[in-house]
Amino acid sequence: MKIQKRTIALCIYFGFLILPIYWMLNMSLRTNADILGNFALYPADITFRNYIKIFTDPTWYMAYINAIIYVSMNTVMSLAFALPAAYAFSRYKFIGDGQMFFWLLTNRMAPPAVFLLPYLQLYSTFKLMDTHIAVALAHCLFNVPLSVWILEGFMSGVPKEIDETAFIDGYSFPRFFATIFIPLIRAGVGVTAFFCFMFSWVELLFARTLTITEAKPIVATMTRTISATGLDWGLLAAAGVLTIVPGGLVIWFVRNHLAKGFALGRV
Amino acid sequence: MDKWPDNRAWFLVLPAFIIVAFSGIIPLMTVVNYSLQDIFGPGEAVFVGTEWFKEMLGNYRLHAALWRQFLFSGLVLLIEIPLGILIALAMPKRGWGVSASLVILALPLVIPWNVIGTIWIVFTRPDIGLFGVGINSLDLLEVPFDHTAKPLYAWITLLAMEVWHWTPLVALLAYAGLRAIPEAYYQAAKIDGASAWATFLYIQLPKMRGVLTIAVLLRWMDSFLIYAEPFALTGGGPGNTTTFLSIYLVKLATMQFDLGPAAAFSLIYFLIVLLFSFAFYQALLNVGRGEKG
Amino acid sequence: MARIELNEIAHSYRPKPRSDEDFALKRIHHVWEDGGAYALLGPSGCGKTTLLNIISGLLNPTRGQVLYDDKDVTDLPPEKRNIAQVFQFPVLYDTMTVFDNLAFPLRNRGLAGRDVERRVHEVAEILDLAPYLKKRAAGLAADAKQKISLGRGLVRDDVAAILFDEPLTVIDPHLKWNLRRKLKDIHERLKLTFIYVTHDQVEALTFADKVVVMYEGEIVQIGSPQDLFENPEHTFVGYFIGSPGMNFLDCTLEGNLARSNGARIALDETVAAKARGIQGKLELGIRPMHLKVCTEAIEGGVPANVKAIEDQGSYRIVIASFGGQILRARLPEGRHTPSDQIWLVFPPEWTRLFVDGRLIKA
Repeated sequence: MKIQKRTIALCIYFGFLILPIYWMLNMSLRTNADILGNFALYPADITFRNYIKIFTDPTWYMAYINAIIYVSMNTVMSLAFALPAAYAFSRYKFIGDGQMFFWLLTNRMAPPAVFLLPYLQLYSTFKLMDTHIAVALAHCLFNVPLSVWILEGFMSGVPKEIDETAFIDGYSFPRFFATIFIPLIRAGVGVTAFFCFMFSWVELLFARTLTITEAKPIVATMTRTISATGLDWGLLAAAGVLTIVPGGLVIWFVRNHLAKGFALGRV
Repeated sequence: MDKWPDNRAWFLVLPAFIIVAFSGIIPLMTVVNYSLQDIFGPGEAVFVGTEWFKEMLGNYRLHAALWRQFLFSGLVLLIEIPLGILIALAMPKRGWGVSASLVILALPLVIPWNVIGTIWIVFTRPDIGLFGVGINSLDLLEVPFDHTAKPLYAWITLLAMEVWHWTPLVALLAYAGLRAIPEAYYQAAKIDGASAWATFLYIQLPKMRGVLTIAVLLRWMDSFLIYAEPFALTGGGPGNTTTFLSIYLVKLATMQFDLGPAAAFSLIYFLIVLLFSFAFYQALLNVGRGEKG
Repeated sequence: MARIELNEIAHSYRPKPRSDEDFALKRIHHVWEDGGAYALLGPSGCGKTTLLNIISGLLNPTRGQVLYDDKDVTDLPPEKRNIAQVFQFPVLYDTMTVFDNLAFPLRNRGLAGRDVERRVHEVAEILDLAPYLKKRAAGLAADAKQKISLGRGLVRDDVAAILFDEPLTVIDPHLKWNLRRKLKDIHERLKLTFIYVTHDQVEALTFADKVVVMYEGEIVQIGSPQDLFENPEHTFVGYFIGSPGMNFLDCTLEGNLARSNGARIALDETVAAKARGIQGKLELGIRPMHLKVCTEAIEGGVPANVKAIEDQGSYRIVIASFGGQILRARLPEGRHTPSDQIWLVFPPEWTRLFVDGRLIKA
């Protein structure tokens, strides 16, 4: 009886989670006139007009491609930089290790708004404005520290004896790292990649500030659409639904590691 | 586990340090630079010392935004942490329900933040939103619901959105913490005749301390830095009633172009976040730990 | 305190067990006498923890009943059974002091503050925990933590039995002996029923008056340590107990002689007579310490080749091959090491015969 009550409460909560998303899906399958004219709980005549517009108009679909490009770049960069650093923090004692770790984490706490102005200047100086690499680099500000933090947790769970054995067996450090160590913490690498993807994908402020047209991502395109063309709710909703799809796919792939991953390897 | 002492480990940290320094330290130095000067145009700047800091610290708009921010972040923690724990406790422990629950829970976390704003506009608008139309058709409210009309409504909408968006993170963390408690603890509690409440208080809560520390820190930091969602939903209005620190800062920096004050404000802002994060971290570390003996 | 009776218990972790294979416990029928010190011995996965959880009520058996003093408690939850259990690793309430940990089961049962105080101090005295009462339990060493887990059982004066699930696993070797000694003391002092699960024969044999050996979900023998050593009722017991375990040879019967690889080995007459009436696979078993090693040919000696000598510290073991089968024999002290050919003598009073794994009793 008690268990049933719990389950019912949980289902109600999940309803609360799904409902707003459902509502946007509902909007995305209707024309703007229909949305403004009739209030309906479900789309009476489903139209894919909004989606067709997004898939045929380059300013829309390029925005998705741009976002995917810089998010992928950022994920690869964050992992590449964070893996050796996390290894150092989990295995070695060195001068300033504690301070360094804390300093890295403070970057995760910095308000992005603080960095807005200097970024405009910095990236203009390096002629990086409106490029994918600029956004990927900017997102490293919070994704590298986060990756170091998560990976360090997972790496500390691997006994040091494994490293020692490998070195005695004559493995060079790079070969040991690539062929033995990384496979051991695959789950951790996967979870870290998920977090990098997630935080880079959802970020708006840097992505909007550092891009103009060439690398403009979907999140920025959507905010500009609100102010520019009046409001085509159906189109906006369709664009929104499409931003959920990549994230949904990623979740589906890592679903079995989610519980462990969210403990950041350190329960 | 004893670590190997070796300063060459710095070479492994160096790449990460450089890339974060490029995005972190250089801009921060620029901000410090701005905050101490009055800039008229390219190459024309006067050193003004701490003037901007004094000005910003006395700025009533900043004070108002700061209090709003504290109220908002405080409410967020008060609602999301207990709710997240409750959800984690109610979640299934085995079977297909686990995967399904995890996927549903994680979904709001991968939606771009301004899209979250869009979702909630579409959901709560009094003309087309399910919630807006729904609640107004009940005819309970004196003033019809419209989040642009009344500060209270704007706040409720923002809080609902924030809770919707981020409680799953707390729940996932708490769930991960719960799953890591060995079965023997529950068995011992049963044998000792502990009630469900005592089991929660003396086993589950202490064992979740680690993940809950992470949850409180992340939620505190991120709710204190919130920008995209209120920007998309209310734009800081009605009036300035939902202008939180980030929104105020961006307005100051990009719309009024007051570089000096904005930079001084940025630094104060950063310090506040750091200070509170550190205080929370220390407090949570000490709760229930006490002396080691 | 209570006498615990297991009546035809069987348990399967599958909801709908079909074959015998699905059962973690096949058929357990046994009485634990009040005040006994029992060890439940067996290899990992033999079902001993399952059996323990059925006694404590953490598991409901698929079939059969659990009786405490003739009262059926099969459907009662653990807290109603007045049982205490000590787990493999210390289970403590981390945020509480040692005192609060010990008081917890009493407070949950609504005991008055004064009685709680008295009981906790008594138990702390017995377990040498009195100096730590005000300390936080989480900060103590593993052996003190295990004593606290035990103490949470001892504080309840009505406790029916205390169950131990490999409680010394995480204890440092030099403290293991101390803690085991302490357990034995407590048992003698309080005369409680102790059931001690372990896969370590030394722990089992030194702790218990009666050892229950389990193998693949069944109890194969119950007896005193001496019984288990001298008269293993199952080849598994012979092999599992003793270091090294019993030697076994496949054999056939010829009158009063066992025949194995051409050699003839004399048997006890009654055993041989009984064995003649039974069909099945015959095996001959003998402990290494009972096998006599001779360096010269001797009447009734079986010739074997020395493969290796193992030095066990106070004694040496000869590993010899005999017609493709390996035999181990213990060399008496002071004897010079045989080099190549030896003759092994099987004294009939120590030679055991098994049919399909079961001992033929004299």
